[in-house]
Amino acid sequence: MSQSFNLTVNGIGYSVGDAWIGESLLHVLRERLGLPGAKNACEQGECGSCSVLLDGELVCSCLVLAADAIDSAIATVEGLAPDGGLTDVQQAFLDAGAVQCGFCTTGLVVAVHHLLDATPQPNDLDVQEAISGNVCRCTGYGRIHEAISLVIARRGER
Amino acid sequence: MPHMSVVTARSLSEALDALAAEPNAHVLAGGTDFMVEVSFAHRRPEHIVTLRRVNELKSWSIHDNTIRLGAGVTYSQLEREPLAALLPGLAQAARTVGSPQIRNAGTIGGNIATGSPAGDTLPVLVALDASIELQSANDGVRIVPWSEFFIAPKRTARLAGELITAVHVPLAAGPQEYLKVGTRNAMVISVAGVALVLDVTSQRLTCGLGSVGPVPLRCPHAELFASATIDWATLTAPAGTAIEFGRLVAAAARPIDDHRSTADYRRHAIEVCARRAFQRCVAEGSGTDGEPL
Repeated sequence: MSQSFNLTVNGIGYSVGDAWIGESLLHVLRERLGLPGAKNACEQGECGSCSVLLDGELVCSCLVLAADAIDSAIATVEGLAPDGGLTDVQQAFLDAGAVQCGFCTTGLVVAVHHLLDATPQPNDLDVQEAISGNVCRCTGYGRIHEAISLVIARRGER
Repeated sequence: MPHMSVVTARSLSEALDALAAEPNAHVLAGGTDFMVEVSFAHRRPEHIVTLRRVNELKSWSIHDNTIRLGAGVTYSQLEREPLAALLPGLAQAARTVGSPQIRNAGTIGGNIATGSPAGDTLPVLVALDASIELQSANDGVRIVPWSEFFIAPKRTARLAGELITAVHVPLAAGPQEYLKVGTRNAMVISVAGVALVLDVTSQRLTCGLGSVGPVPLRCPHAELFASATIDWATLTAPAGTAIEFGRLVAAAARPIDDHRSTADYRRHAIEVCARRAFQRCVAEGSGTDGEPL
């Protein structure tokens, strides 16, 4: 049995009619709406791979009941670079070699945009804290920090 | 797929009405416990009432030196100003919970309702002598002291049809601390946790323990010893006070062996945490260097 409901993702309205009502937002984004940018890794809120913004707050979409996200503004990594190009954060991740297996990358990109929107000139502690919920098992975080520093420097030059 | 209904409450009265209609409905707040259980098929409630849009639960206020925290106040709110300055022990406990993503979602009402012995805010709430406010559509409001609320692991005095609407926390004037031990430093469930609250007005130290008993515990002997030993004018204590305090705290613990740790380790960890927490709140006289921290 399913109840249909509507979601607004990256400003676009979607009707979700074929989902089980207990599905997580992560599952609905990936399997119902064709938005696989939020990754499914731990499915218990530990890894941050599925990070999205829900009404402007950074959350794990695996811990959000999709049917409870109606009337909320949901922002995923797909909505960051509207023309199919890259955001400056995504470009800096490429330039700094901050992407290895890529599983954590989309969640980190969402988290870093969220950080820099709120705090354009973060200190090291701000950065560490902001990405502390995004687990990367490849890079050791060094190049991720380099990428973030690169974005901050480039935005400062503009 | 099994039947499930979801009521998205948009006000407190809507939430209470939904619970009156389905008294055993599962109440969904931040989702940090619940969604894991649903996704892993450990739980399949038939009825869910969600609270994320109930603005009445998100606010807080102060009356008569007691702060009333709405059940929907998140860990992120607790760890920041202005609440962090009013309730520094609770802020410290909130900072040890999960990740920023978890702290943005998880609520103090959810921590209380889940009633896990490892809930990080609970030792602080019991040290502050908090009371839990419950409401139902049929019976109105009742306020239950923490000591009557937490009954057993994940069992509380909340009745079917009731909603936890707030927690009432008396404010204290003095240092507070929360320390915990887990299997790593971050993103970890507590294996032992201790909260200290010093109130210079009443010249009392109170201490709450987590993960070392079926419910959050207090330690009356340790509290009486510390309260009588501290020089409240200067917040100092004779050398060796912290060591004795730690011993008395460990004696009050009732830990068990389980999948996260052993009773022996928990008793040891709570002693060390209590000693360190004491030393962060109270300056000891000289002669304490012999005991490693």
